[in-house]
Amino acid sequence: MTITRESTTVVPDFGDEAATDRKIAFICSKGNLDMAYPALIMANGALGEGIETHIFFTFWGMDLINKKTVDHLKFTFLGNTAMHPGRGPFSMPQGFGGLPGMTAMATKMLKDKIAALDVPEIPEFMTLLHAMGAKFWACKMSVDMMELEDSDMLDEVDGVLNVTEFIELSEGAQVIFV
Amino acid sequence: MPLATLAGHDVHVDDEGFMTEYDEWTEDVARTLAANIGIELTDAHWKAINFMREDFKANGASPTIRRMTNAAGIPTKELFDLFPKKPAKKMAYIAGVPKPAGCV
Repeated sequence: MTITRESTTVVPDFGDEAATDRKIAFICSKGNLDMAYPALIMANGALGEGIETHIFFTFWGMDLINKKTVDHLKFTFLGNTAMHPGRGPFSMPQGFGGLPGMTAMATKMLKDKIAALDVPEIPEFMTLLHAMGAKFWACKMSVDMMELEDSDMLDEVDGVLNVTEFIELSEGAQVIFV
Repeated sequence: MPLATLAGHDVHVDDEGFMTEYDEWTEDVARTLAANIGIELTDAHWKAINFMREDFKANGASPTIRRMTNAAGIPTKELFDLFPKKPAKKMAYIAGVPKPAGCV
């Protein structure tokens, strides 16, 4: 290994000088436990990079901001042919997925795997992301369809937007649909 | 691997300027690193920096923002106030430990 002496000290570029206007908007449309994580994990990464981050919850994604459901997201391997324990390739016959208790078992297995990686459960993750500066938006049509009141939703929800308002808000953002 | 002189000490750094040798760190080096990125260290900063170093020594990995909040008891919002925009990277830089490797 060669040692080189820097004539000037190298300082990491944390991007403080650059007036970045990068922003990211995630659309969370699914309420399955496994599909709740992708947007939250990417949002966490974006926030850690100092990027303005919005999450728009719609349809079953509303389950992430509904107080009654956020702590009860489930994972099933019914209809998921990619589901296999560990490295694979062997998966359980789809028919088994319909047996009583199988969804609860699959949910517990997935939760254990996620906890082992020291990744928070969904309710804690939502609190963390909002504390990091994420903005949470509920979809107006979903709120109406599910007959939700403000008090039904997490305190962290910043507001209810119709689609026009979301399109306006996400101008210039990288939009990621999950 | 570059060698930098910080606060009168020769320290090893990587190409980005992050220190690579845990034991070359001193509080004076930390003050210089912080000044490099426009941060003046207060007691609140030191609490975070010291926890980061202790946790890295104990676990061999740099703590994430979540761990800083849960284990060190420093609210997430405060971390963003103390080390604006990119707290995990900035804390690691000043504490002389690697950037956190985990996704969360």
